[in-house]
Amino acid sequence: MNWKAFGAMLARDAHVARRNAIQLFFQTFLQPLLFVFIFGRVMVGSGYMPPQYKSLLLPGIAAISMTFTGIWAVAMPLIAEFQWTREIEDRLLAPISMNWIAIEKVIAGLLQALVSGLVVLPLGWLILRPGIEIGIGDPLIFTVIILLVGAFSACGGLALGCSMNQQHIGLMFSMVITPMIFFGCTYYPWSALEKFPILRWAVLVNPLVYASEGMRASLAPKFSHLPVAAVIGALAFFDLLLLWIGLRQFEKKAVS
Amino acid sequence: MGVGVRTQDLHKVFNSPPPMAAGGIVMRADAKGAKAPKPQIEAVDGISLEIRAGEIFGLLGPNGAGKSTTIGVLTTRVRPTSGQAWIGEHDVWQEQAAVKRLIGVVPQRPNLDFSLTAREILIFHGAYFGLGSKQRNERADALLDKFKLTERANQMTRGFSGGMMQRLSIARAMMHDPQVLFLDEPSAGLDPQTRILLWEIIREYHQSGKTVLLTTHNMEEADTLCERLAIVDHGHVIALGSPKELKATIPGGFLLRLRFGNQTADLLERLKSLSGVREVKAADGTGADIYADRGGSLIPEIASMAASSGAELSDVHISEPSLENLFLHHTGRSLRD
Repeated sequence: MNWKAFGAMLARDAHVARRNAIQLFFQTFLQPLLFVFIFGRVMVGSGYMPPQYKSLLLPGIAAISMTFTGIWAVAMPLIAEFQWTREIEDRLLAPISMNWIAIEKVIAGLLQALVSGLVVLPLGWLILRPGIEIGIGDPLIFTVIILLVGAFSACGGLALGCSMNQQHIGLMFSMVITPMIFFGCTYYPWSALEKFPILRWAVLVNPLVYASEGMRASLAPKFSHLPVAAVIGALAFFDLLLLWIGLRQFEKKAVS
Repeated sequence: MGVGVRTQDLHKVFNSPPPMAAGGIVMRADAKGAKAPKPQIEAVDGISLEIRAGEIFGLLGPNGAGKSTTIGVLTTRVRPTSGQAWIGEHDVWQEQAAVKRLIGVVPQRPNLDFSLTAREILIFHGAYFGLGSKQRNERADALLDKFKLTERANQMTRGFSGGMMQRLSIARAMMHDPQVLFLDEPSAGLDPQTRILLWEIIREYHQSGKTVLLTTHNMEEADTLCERLAIVDHGHVIALGSPKELKATIPGGFLLRLRFGNQTADLLERLKSLSGVREVKAADGTGADIYADRGGSLIPEIASMAASSGAELSDVHISEPSLENLFLHHTGRSLRD
């Protein structure tokens, strides 16, 4: 394993992210914070939603924000760099094995997803207070869950980014990302689906369900949620599955 | 100590059009029953080469001959269908990281990292190869200067002209001082001045004991730059040797391309009897390609012979021994076709 090359590639991604910092900031934080403001502040303030909805909403928004950031951070550059400009070629020719080049992308995406989650939570809290009751119960569980959520988003980005062409980006959002968010137990807990027996079990194929439920379990455990062990097991399973698919697809794209 | 390059019976069949190679590759459709045939493209069909350490070696051939695919296999970018390739002692497919450390690659189409400036492209490339910070900066500055890019060093490369991108690609490939430099059509799209600069740089690089493998369909480039050449067509090597040796294999050396208003079969037979004529080939219906020991002095005899057989000579083109003639002799086609 060539750690120097790996580190240099991470440094390159960090450099590019720094260069696009302002764009990245708005891209990452504007939508979740507007969501928090409208649903948590306006809807609750006007009485359409009960006050405790604030505490239920924020962990779900953090899960969406992390997922979206990780997928975007990995998939978009890969789609662009594997297009006809083949910009990624200079890294494919670096003295490091191909899988590690893909893993570097995953690590870069994971770090961005973590930053996004760890910034959205306090900013959302500022918007929603007073009356929001969230807190980190068990730091170890919280750490494990946000790491697994970040890894899920970055591995998902790798799998999607290496399976799609530029002309399919719109389709990726309407066919994959949007249903994933709405059926991801993000704006409501899984227990709210009790009256929809088929949907209730069908949504369990959606990894975002475990991400939202996991965030809720560690930040607002007073709401009913999936067992933490199930959440961690399912997230670990999806992380590995998406990583495996992503590495295979990456190789297919990289070598003709 | 230089590093050589070797391939043994290399084959590559694409099931879909290769992403980088140019068009014009032979399509072979193996239709079976009612099933839609899956097009198979045989880009490389049994290429065995031995490129010596410290040599400038050229692959010469028309578009779609399999040159880029061969380079692709040698640089880990294309998985061979069968056969093996080595850079020095390292098997290209088995020991990719070790191979990539030894090689520098200039692609046919610039693939610069558009998120970085010209200077950053070189600096990060150096970092991927483990160069220290001081060394990276020094080398990047020296290369920017050498390729006349210093003024644009801190600009993003998206707005660069084709020639500038090409120069930067070459600088990047040299950044980690590779033992073997691959250049795929290095002078395509360069103006004559830059082309000469490039040739000088390649020669200078070669003088430091490095191996250079380039592909080209430019005869002049192959002739002036390469110590040895393989002429490639349809995935095969059809001739191999130094430019001088290869040119010496053209019968006679001179090529006279003749066109007649109308032509009779016995005219071709009679042309063979002229003194100095080594070989006569019919071409394009009403033409003939004559390989001969002499050029212009044959024309009066040909003209009078044509007139006496009722054929009218309408066009004559005489060329001296060249690689172009060699390619034509082997394939019946011009390299530019």
